[in-house]
Amino acid sequence: MSATFIGMPGNFPKNSAQAVQNSQLRYNLRKATHTIRGKRASVVGELPDWQELRAAGKAIKDETLRHLDRYLLQLEEAVTAAGGHVHWARDAAEANRIVAGLVKATGEREVVKVKSMATQEIGLNEALAAEGITAYETDLAELIVQLGDDFPSHILVPAIHRNRAEIREIFLDRMEDAPPGLTDEPAALAEAARVHLRERFLRSRVAVSGANFMIAETGTLVVLESEGNGRMCLTLPETLISVVGIEKVLPTWRDLEVFLQLLPRSSTGERMNPYTSTWTGSAEGQDFHLVLLDNGRTDVLADEVGRQALRCIRCSACLNVCPVYERAGGHAYGSVYPGPIGAILTPQLRGMGSELDASLPYASSLCGACYEVCPVAIDIPEVLVDLRAKAPHGAAERAGMRVAGWVLNDQARLAAAQRAATRLRGLVPRRLPGPLSAWTDTRDLPDIPEESFRDWWEREG
Amino acid sequence: MSRSAREDILARISRAVDGAPEVEIPRRYRATARVDDLVGLFTERVGDYRAIVHVVPEAEVPARIAGIVAGRRMVVPDGLPAEWTPPDASDAGPADPYTADGVITGCAVAIAETGTIVLDTGPGQGSRAQTLVPDYHLCVVRADQIVAGVPEAVSRLDPIRPLTWISGPSATSDIELNRVEGVHGPRTLEVLVAVS
Repeated sequence: MSATFIGMPGNFPKNSAQAVQNSQLRYNLRKATHTIRGKRASVVGELPDWQELRAAGKAIKDETLRHLDRYLLQLEEAVTAAGGHVHWARDAAEANRIVAGLVKATGEREVVKVKSMATQEIGLNEALAAEGITAYETDLAELIVQLGDDFPSHILVPAIHRNRAEIREIFLDRMEDAPPGLTDEPAALAEAARVHLRERFLRSRVAVSGANFMIAETGTLVVLESEGNGRMCLTLPETLISVVGIEKVLPTWRDLEVFLQLLPRSSTGERMNPYTSTWTGSAEGQDFHLVLLDNGRTDVLADEVGRQALRCIRCSACLNVCPVYERAGGHAYGSVYPGPIGAILTPQLRGMGSELDASLPYASSLCGACYEVCPVAIDIPEVLVDLRAKAPHGAAERAGMRVAGWVLNDQARLAAAQRAATRLRGLVPRRLPGPLSAWTDTRDLPDIPEESFRDWWEREG
Repeated sequence: MSRSAREDILARISRAVDGAPEVEIPRRYRATARVDDLVGLFTERVGDYRAIVHVVPEAEVPARIAGIVAGRRMVVPDGLPAEWTPPDASDAGPADPYTADGVITGCAVAIAETGTIVLDTGPGQGSRAQTLVPDYHLCVVRADQIVAGVPEAVSRLDPIRPLTWISGPSATSDIELNRVEGVHGPRTLEVLVAVS
């Protein structure tokens, strides 16, 4: 990736207003999200106990978070006992320093990477580049994004905004060994990536990954993937460095029986993803380092409503059903975490200090489709509403809300206001003047009745 | 003297969750799935991933293997049962995975509902590199290794061993979210289910 999202200008309404003008983007997103929705619905429908799995997944994550300190210590002990090394990082800068130091200690200047949200979040590739280390993304979609000098726009499929013809163009322009007669057949594009990365896999001595799950009880890390680039990176290099958010821990090995059913079906809409790798400490003689990353997670954990966002297993089902995401695309969210989950995770991880981050809780119609499909039952609308209350509001809006609160909080004041409105009903304008017209142009003012319900009830009752 | 990152993070966590309610984990999902025909469901689901799958009587497995791998230089991992070892492989010794045409293995467990085979690097299953680098993987699954669902498989496996769960050939959904088989892992997966 050429740049990180941190400090991206703009706000969600502006970004999305631009994005919806891009008809190619809207077409690509609609096609892709509708394909995956159908697949997910069909494989989820196959399991008679989906809701029971979902309830268990939610509770296992809540239990983990409730005793996160204990489970992290247990994990550290198990990984260390199995020959691995555990490092702790308070923030992005600290994590990047640790990884750069570990890579330099091997004497290598190149690393291969498995797709990882945590390393994107901390801008690891850029930090390594600043230290003279080149990071090569090996996931096909990440490769498309990296070669295209682009930003990821989806958690699972970072290049979802690109169609096959655009991907072909990027490969022909930027991949030095792309075959000249490359077609836009997905199989041909995948083959070109296979050939391009083959030598790199066999040559690389250091790999960087994330992990989907870490098991406290056994010290086992788990990575789910499709292409085999994960297996290549996790298996062949002599040194493996995994950067993982502290919330990814699960208490017991048995808990995997729940998440290995929830994640693939929610994510790619398959009964099982092609490859899942698990390893404990130093597997087959590998030098293994685990970097545990906080980077704002303990702030999220401290929020009683918002902490449920830490249950997220990054499946992206909420993106695929979201009417807002489908039209605005992932870039509008200005974060590696787009869509509904991004709208609640980003403002909590980064705070709402920037205009962009303060606008994210409004990037939703609150329709609730995201909550319905979430495999760990994160009530995204609930968190959005809570964040809206916490977001900064303008002086005029705060004054207006104070007046409304004063009126609505008292029966007599409300009745007086309603009677006044009834008397003035002929004079209420349909359209407000000046900048206020932006409000009335997109809303219908309800008709004010001749008599309020309260007055009618008093008269008739 | 400032505190270490580890102490800092642990202290922040304990402050953050102070007073949060305790959690009960309801495990009302199926611990064992009811499947009448394990072999039938497993082969159907493996086939859905566009892997090649055959059901073969145990006694005929050696001949089928010999026929399938004829003309291919196969990696033969340590501990592969002698009767599964291709006839011309024994004197040449195990082939180098980087130049071999394919690899032949057994497995640790297989899952009917998801069409998954799991390798744990045990006898006859090879190292992780041996089953990854060659472009072709032939896996022999004994019918009694097939369990119905994911929970049964998890309970049979040893987390200390490095595990590889394989569901079909290498694939990607990165182009327009359509599944395409064949990226970095073996592009062809062939499964022989040995039934008695």
